Amino acid sequence: MSESLKSFADAIRTAAAGKRPLRLRGGGSKDFYGQVIAGEPLDTRGYAGVIAYEPTELVVTAKCGTALAGLESTLRENGQMLAFEPPHYAPPGEGGATVGGMLAAGLAGPRRASAGAVRDFVLGVTLMDARGETLRFGGTVMKNVAGYDLSRLMAGSMGTLGLVLDVSLKVLPLPAAEATLRFEMPEDKAIETLNRWAGRPLPISASAYTGGELHVRLSGAPPALDSARRRLGGERLDDEQARRFWSGIREHTDDFFRTESQLWRLSLPSATPPLGLQGAQLIEWGGALRWLATGADARTLREAARRAGGHATLFRGGTEEERRSAGVFHPLEPALAKLHRDLKASFDPEGIFNRGRMYPDF
Amino acid sequence: MNMRITGTGFLKQAEAAGRLRQVLPEACVLCDPEDTRPYECDGLSAYRALPGIVALPENEAQVCHVLRVCRELGVPVVARGAGTGLSGGALPLSDGVLLSLAKMKRILAVDPVARTARVQPGVRNLAITEAAAPYGLYYAPDPSSQIACSIGGNVAENAGGVHCLKYGLTVHNVMRVRAVTIDGEAVEFGSEALDAPGYDLLALVTGSEGMLAVTTEITVKLVPRPETAQVILAAFDDIERAGAAVAAMIAEGIIPAGLEMMDQAATRAVEEYVQAGYDLDAAALLLCESDGTPEEVGAEIARMTELLRREGAYDFRVSQSEAERLKFWSGRKAAFSAMGRISPDYYCMDGTIPRKRLAEMLRFIAAMEKKYGLRCPNVFHAGDGNLHPLILFDANDPDELRRTEAFAGEVLEKCIEVGGTVTGEHGVGIEKINQMCLQFSPAELEQFRAVKRAFDPKELLNPGKNIPTLHRCAEFGRMQVRGGNVPFPGLERF
Repeated sequence: MSESLKSFADAIRTAAAGKRPLRLRGGGSKDFYGQVIAGEPLDTRGYAGVIAYEPTELVVTAKCGTALAGLESTLRENGQMLAFEPPHYAPPGEGGATVGGMLAAGLAGPRRASAGAVRDFVLGVTLMDARGETLRFGGTVMKNVAGYDLSRLMAGSMGTLGLVLDVSLKVLPLPAAEATLRFEMPEDKAIETLNRWAGRPLPISASAYTGGELHVRLSGAPPALDSARRRLGGERLDDEQARRFWSGIREHTDDFFRTESQLWRLSLPSATPPLGLQGAQLIEWGGALRWLATGADARTLREAARRAGGHATLFRGGTEEERRSAGVFHPLEPALAKLHRDLKASFDPEGIFNRGRMYPDF
Repeated sequence: MNMRITGTGFLKQAEAAGRLRQVLPEACVLCDPEDTRPYECDGLSAYRALPGIVALPENEAQVCHVLRVCRELGVPVVARGAGTGLSGGALPLSDGVLLSLAKMKRILAVDPVARTARVQPGVRNLAITEAAAPYGLYYAPDPSSQIACSIGGNVAENAGGVHCLKYGLTVHNVMRVRAVTIDGEAVEFGSEALDAPGYDLLALVTGSEGMLAVTTEITVKLVPRPETAQVILAAFDDIERAGAAVAAMIAEGIIPAGLEMMDQAATRAVEEYVQAGYDLDAAALLLCESDGTPEEVGAEIARMTELLRREGAYDFRVSQSEAERLKFWSGRKAAFSAMGRISPDYYCMDGTIPRKRLAEMLRFIAAMEKKYGLRCPNVFHAGDGNLHPLILFDANDPDELRRTEAFAGEVLEKCIEVGGTVTGEHGVGIEKINQMCLQFSPAELEQFRAVKRAFDPKELLNPGKNIPTLHRCAEFGRMQVRGGNVPFPGLERF
């Protein structure tokens, strides 16, 4: 067992024996996300590196502390990518995002609506449990239904179920070509248009709407892009402009995200009509993701999201007190909340892993 | 294998039936063996048991009632969809309730704008695609049994199909599952948005073989029907070269809409049955599909053809019409039924392996054919490494059955050895439960059971399937040994 694994196991056993919580942390690029928690930090970055990568198998396995940027450049050199375009949110000069943090946060970028989320690409994990034991779930093959799918469950679990030591991810070829088109239209028309286009076999891989402007990215074989462009119209951005634009959306460096207000993330059925909520809005994922920079109160936002069949997250901003009282994540129905608590206890009976990072009671 | 219920079991059965009839119509609670016989097995017919009671609820409230009664009386309950499963996941218990969702088969809504369909669990897979067709949409996962299998069963097994390399498995195409827990309470996993707050319980219940909750309603994602599709039928004189061609295709950055392989034994069996026009001299056939816009498909088919030629295919035919495309596929889709014609019984395996180990696996299977004196044609989802070797045998010959089981066991263990899994899409059920002891360590199996108890503390939902007890593993007598540690040293050996 490597030194890092030994030190992880020691830290976990000590924490469990004393029932003292641990705070799992990679590069800290997503420290802002979730509830503020106490706990002894456990830095995963000492356990880093790609364990296996075989382009023809479409699978990469990387240790939790691996730099996400490094992994992505390795894939790019082989003409492949993480198709869910995970955001790094790493300010230049500071600790970059890690693979473990990416999995724990479970956040996907602009390609989400067409390609899938983090969980859709998870094939297997190695988990260090609350006794410091190493467990493997899933594997490195595309199809695997042996036992419960505990590896996908790790995506978005905010590190509350255990320490993921490594993860195997399905990777995909980079698109042969991309083109970004710009349109002007009002919000209701943009939502209607995006949903109509999504119902047709068009190679749309991303969309973003704000301030009366709709940007749509096409990805695929050049002939498919040409025919889609002819059908959709719009004004084409040059490639460098397009690259910068989508990076701004993915990494929240776009002007829209430079806000003093609270940033809310509303995840909704894509065809939900404009909600007419107070604040500035940016719509992604064909209408299914609506970012709101707003001073509106949590109850109003959550109620609007719930009525539409979705949920609302206080993504960034707000004082610690505001985040605590409103709750960062949308409250769960009682029966679901009970399942969450019981599931958490099944992995982590002493409640040592990132206790309270997702919901205060576990 | 069937048992007659007598003594206290009989009293409990009478009590349970009485309680169920307080809410379910008389005709929806079956106890007479004559009525319950059709439910004694699923698609894995070698295993049979007559259920104590069959309950056929007509709506969610009745499902809640059934589960509440079962929990209160401590009666185990096995949920069942269309009964087409191949791993015995819906094998009933003689002292339990068989909960059939067959009466809940309404398509509740098709929303062409949001591209979703809300359906009851008993709806057939293909019926969803048929309902979506007028809008140019369809439901992507297409297991071979899609004419008959139910969407509820697809969720329970995380069913795949021939197009899942590009379009994903059930887990990638289901947005929301409404289900009833053993407490008789309805909960929702996922949502009609692209995610839901909290843990991804939707991913967890998908493929959980009816052991965590009973599905009562499902929202699936519908995707636009590609404008056109063409398939290449390529013939190889060497099966290992066909395997290499598959890897080369992926390395080239091509993700075909479908990528299937059949060996000569399989080809010959199906050709006689459906006349798909297969080359009977080929050692292996590859079916390689492209879909999308006409421009895209034209370009991709050209790339694929060039690549297959380079990789040593000696003959290709590209489908020139939709009718021809379906004809090329017909043999692959009919592979299982064709085996039924040339052999009294067949045993279908479902391991998945890393693609690069394909050749090694095929040599291994050929060696096993000799060792056990049984034929084993192969069809497989080559694109994702999911194998379906079909051992041909006669169940009336006890020795053939025994040899078949041993043969299958060796193949599944080989799948684990090369870094794969014992089941890619058919599920563990009762069939592969022993091999689970080899694929997972005792601590991993214990974690599975802990998850099960978080949902179902008394373990009443489909007990005995999917996750073996450590005791069962000890009885099986072969356990995973990692790092030289003998598992559960405290247990008596058999």
